[in-house]
Amino acid sequence: MKQSNFKLSSLSHKTILALAGLFLMLFLCTHLLTNLLLLAGDSRAFDAAVAFLSSNPIIKVVEYVLFAGFIIHILMGVIVWINNSRARPVKYYVAQGSETSFFSKFMIHTGLIIFTFLVIHLINFFFIKLGWVALPDYAKDTHDFYSMAVVLFKEPLYVILYLVSFVFLGFHLKHAFQSAFQTLGLNHDKYFPAIKVIGTIYALVISIGFSIIPIYFLFFH
Amino acid sequence: MDIKLKIWRQKNASTKGRFEDYELRDVSPEMSFLEMLDYLNKQLIEGGKEPVTFEHDCREGICGTCGLYINGRPHGPQQHTTTCELHMRAFKDGETIVVEPWRSKAFPIIKDLAVDRSAFDKIMNAGGFVNIDTGSAPEANNIPINKKISDRAFDAAVCIGCGACVAACKNSSAMLFVAAKVSQFALLPQGKVEAAERVQRMVEKMDELGFGFCSNTYACEFDCPKGISVEFIAQMNREFLSAKLCAHKGH
Ligand code: HEM
Ligand code: SF4
Ligand code: FES
Repeated sequence: MKQSNFKLSSLSHKTILALAGLFLMLFLCTHLLTNLLLLAGDSRAFDAAVAFLSSNPIIKVVEYVLFAGFIIHILMGVIVWINNSRARPVKYYVAQGSETSFFSKFMIHTGLIIFTFLVIHLINFFFIKLGWVALPDYAKDTHDFYSMAVVLFKEPLYVILYLVSFVFLGFHLKHAFQSAFQTLGLNHDKYFPAIKVIGTIYALVISIGFSIIPIYFLFFH
Repeated sequence: MDIKLKIWRQKNASTKGRFEDYELRDVSPEMSFLEMLDYLNKQLIEGGKEPVTFEHDCREGICGTCGLYINGRPHGPQQHTTTCELHMRAFKDGETIVVEPWRSKAFPIIKDLAVDRSAFDKIMNAGGFVNIDTGSAPEANNIPINKKISDRAFDAAVCIGCGACVAACKNSSAMLFVAAKVSQFALLPQGKVEAAERVQRMVEKMDELGFGFCSNTYACEFDCPKGISVEFIAQMNREFLSAKLCAHKGH
């Protein structure tokens, strides 16, 4: 067929969005596992993990891939959203009452909340490591994420922001998990019901898993 | 029963429309929704007023022309039912019924409740056919087809092209319609031959006409009068992906 000027179709946009999203979901798993080491009682296990991740050259490369993954996902998400908001210039008088996947309607909103959190999160941790943000006086060195976390999680306002962000991340993931499979064409009566259940469990594990940590430090540390 | 109606009136594509309120007495619960509109129009004509324009043809759920957006749902409150098959018994006595046209950039309003759905024809013209001359009806068993596959192709082929999927979708996406057409052909041997080209052409045309992208909200499946499954959207996504990745240049 005629392959004219380079223009991605709607389906290609969605495929890239879904692939980047799946990659980010994998990343969330590894990030959660590392963070859970914060609960070990003292900083040794967590420090060891940080030391390993900071020195491993493969992880260095993966860090860039991760950045790219976020940027591509956000870019595609925004393009999809802009296109979709143009497709119905005159809205309905009676709000649409069809049964839908509830959180699918708010993906851009939950996404932007995650993005806001992400920026704050990077300023508080990653940019310190890169030397873009000054090292706080309580931290031993630029890799002392344990001390940084302890101090931040003693701050009730930060903990609330953190928890709220992870509730919205959970909402994003609740729809996103099965949606990515559907987008990649993997909806089949044999296994799709299982994918939906796994997606709900995944969303719960991620948002509860990350939320336990600040609650532990605020109240029990 | 007595009902109140709030109906979208618009002279033509370039004028601004507005809602008009009507009260209708002695509506029989046995009337179909379109018969109720006929009844209203009769009164409007007798009163020297302009009747409400709405589309209809078969009035038995097979032609796909009759779509109206009723109380926030394409084809009204009853699932798996076209507007023409909807009856007034689905509503309460004294209820206010709001009737709007399909709203989508790709479906401009012609007049009142009638919208121009030729965008669907353009998508079909882009690839919704089989090019080879299949001659007269072949011997039934010449081409063996698994019964389950032919049933599946039929499940896709029952799409009547009404556009309720577009009307229901928050993004005005035509994915369910296009997926039904793509799958109906891709599942059968005659259609397989051109499957890779077909899906790319039809998707390209769909994008060009201003339909939105698919957010996998599944409102389309819920409101499709023929119950077309979103599994066909996944099938189209598969077809499209494999065409993009595996088909040779020029195909
Ligand atoms: C770790 C964070 C994130 C993960 C794991 C993630 C994952 C996903 C996945 C798997 C999907 C489903 C793709 C599909 O429908 O096929 C998705 C959809 C989406 N994501 Fe994210 N996402 C994340 C962050 C973000 C951010 C920061 C934004 C910011 C704009 C965003 C915007 C969107 C949008 C708009 C959609 C839906 C697009 C549509 O309507 O089809 N996401 N996300
Ligand atoms: S898929 Fe269903 S709702 Fe969409 S055009 Fe076909 S019959 Fe109508
Ligand atoms: S008038 Fe033909 S489907 Fe309703």
